[in-house]
Amino acid sequence: MKYMLIMRSDDAAVEAYEQLDFNEVIAAMGAYNESLIKAGVLLGGEGLTDAKEGFVVDFDSTPPVVTDGPYGETKELFNGFWIIQASGPEEAAEWAKRCPLGPGSKLEVRRVTELEDFPQDNEWIQKEAGWREELEGKAR
Amino acid sequence: MPEADAAGPAVTAASGPPDEAAAERARRAVAAVWRIESARVVAALTRFVGDVGQAEDLAQEAVVEALRQWPAEGVPANPGAWLTTVAKRRAIDGWRRRDRLDERYAAMARDLEERGGAASDGLPDPDAVDDDVLRLIFVACHPVLSREAQIALTLRVVGGLGSDEIARAFLVPTATVQQRIVRAKKTLAAAKVPFEVPEPNEYAARLAAVLQVLYLVFNEGHLPASGAEWVRADVSNEALRLARMVAGLMPREPEALSLVALMELTAARFPARTAPDGTAIPLDAQDRTRWDRAQIGRGRAALLKADGLGRGRGAYGLQAGIAECHATAPTVDETDWAQIVLLYEALGRIAPSPVVELNRAAAISMATGPASALAVVDGLVAGGALARYPALPAVRGELLARLGRTDEARAELEAAARLTGNDRERESLLAKAAKL
Repeated sequence: MKYMLIMRSDDAAVEAYEQLDFNEVIAAMGAYNESLIKAGVLLGGEGLTDAKEGFVVDFDSTPPVVTDGPYGETKELFNGFWIIQASGPEEAAEWAKRCPLGPGSKLEVRRVTELEDFPQDNEWIQKEAGWREELEGKAR
Repeated sequence: MPEADAAGPAVTAASGPPDEAAAERARRAVAAVWRIESARVVAALTRFVGDVGQAEDLAQEAVVEALRQWPAEGVPANPGAWLTTVAKRRAIDGWRRRDRLDERYAAMARDLEERGGAASDGLPDPDAVDDDVLRLIFVACHPVLSREAQIALTLRVVGGLGSDEIARAFLVPTATVQQRIVRAKKTLAAAKVPFEVPEPNEYAARLAAVLQVLYLVFNEGHLPASGAEWVRADVSNEALRLARMVAGLMPREPEALSLVALMELTAARFPARTAPDGTAIPLDAQDRTRWDRAQIGRGRAALLKADGLGRGRGAYGLQAGIAECHATAPTVDETDWAQIVLLYEALGRIAPSPVVELNRAAAISMATGPASALAVVDGLVAGGALARYPALPAVRGELLARLGRTDEARAELEAAARLTGNDRERESLLAKAAKL
């Protein structure tokens, strides 16, 4: 099974993070990533740039409205993720607990959908797979 | 009164269904920790007591202790170190009871050596731990063990799987797996197998054995000799996890990385390999939109890394190269068959086998046509090595059909139908023969 570990931090945690020694932060996170790699469970992951560079497409209205910056009223910012292979939620939780994060930060752990989670005979599911293929084919 | 408090939940745990659920949660939490920590814990204990079998027994005792304590006290901050410490204490208690002072001194010496003489901070050096895990993997795949014993022991001590899980993976009774593991431990002890990475003169062969064990487990998950399900992805994924672990421990070994690449590229096709009725779909008929693109990307990245070591491709590298050609081709016709023929030629030279030769013939038929492929297949027929192998007359039949030699083609397809043990394959061969 695949799980996504989604990193979320509140403003205070982001500020506290900026006060830390950058090299120490990188070293701690690097060691964590290395432990995932050495255990053979890391499948992918990305860190995200400053939320101020991002923007939000809001579907409360039609057509949706694009606003600058992170979500206005949200207390937590989504700032990176890992995808790991794990035998079940307990193992995913055990890996998440080892992540070097501090107060104000959370890891939300979600199972990634697999083919078996969907009805196999649904034409839209088959079409979506086709679209994905086409897009990735163009990207090559 | 802390003892009474601690005992409270444990006592009620046995009495009602809600607490059975809590006990089950605790069991699963311990199992999750064990899966992550088993290799490092058993490796550290083997260094301490000098014997894999004893180390694994002690580790299991520590797991039992964890099941007793963690539900009440919570999972410790460093569960791997907790398990190792508890197990070491057990070992020392055992020696004390039996008054085995010599063993205690030997273990203390090993412990001191492990800490490089400076036995103070208590935290093991991560590189030393990696080295011990590598030693453990080589010992589990040691040539004094049968292949079956190597597989069972590797999954147990390196993968952290229970006997029941190993039994499910290999479709054998749990008792059989338990016996294999007990025997394997006794054999290692009897042969006095040292806890060491092999010497340079035997390194290549020993590494090949490790990789072969992992590849056999991987194949068990998708080419089962028996059993109802065509693809049991969890078995293959476990092999893939262990292969990534091994490649991480030996980043300078191109074949370890290549095995990861081969497994990723093969597993990427699993979602397209089974029809809704459970039958296998051959490569040329698969819906390629179902292939896992992210996994193909991981496979190609691993192969690139292996190639980057600049030591050329071995048998796994060449097979991964073939899998990569398929994985990156939009259709069967747009596949780089000429490249696949070259890769099979190279594979046939370093790992000659009639099955590789038959695959090469099939690739030649796609690259240059049926006539030149038929010459290769006829060479195989003359050699007689694949006399009972249904794929030989099946491929020959297809080639003859494409050359318009219909009567001979029909006879070959019918011969293949008589050889196969698989009912669905027989039906499909006979249907092809009837259509000619």
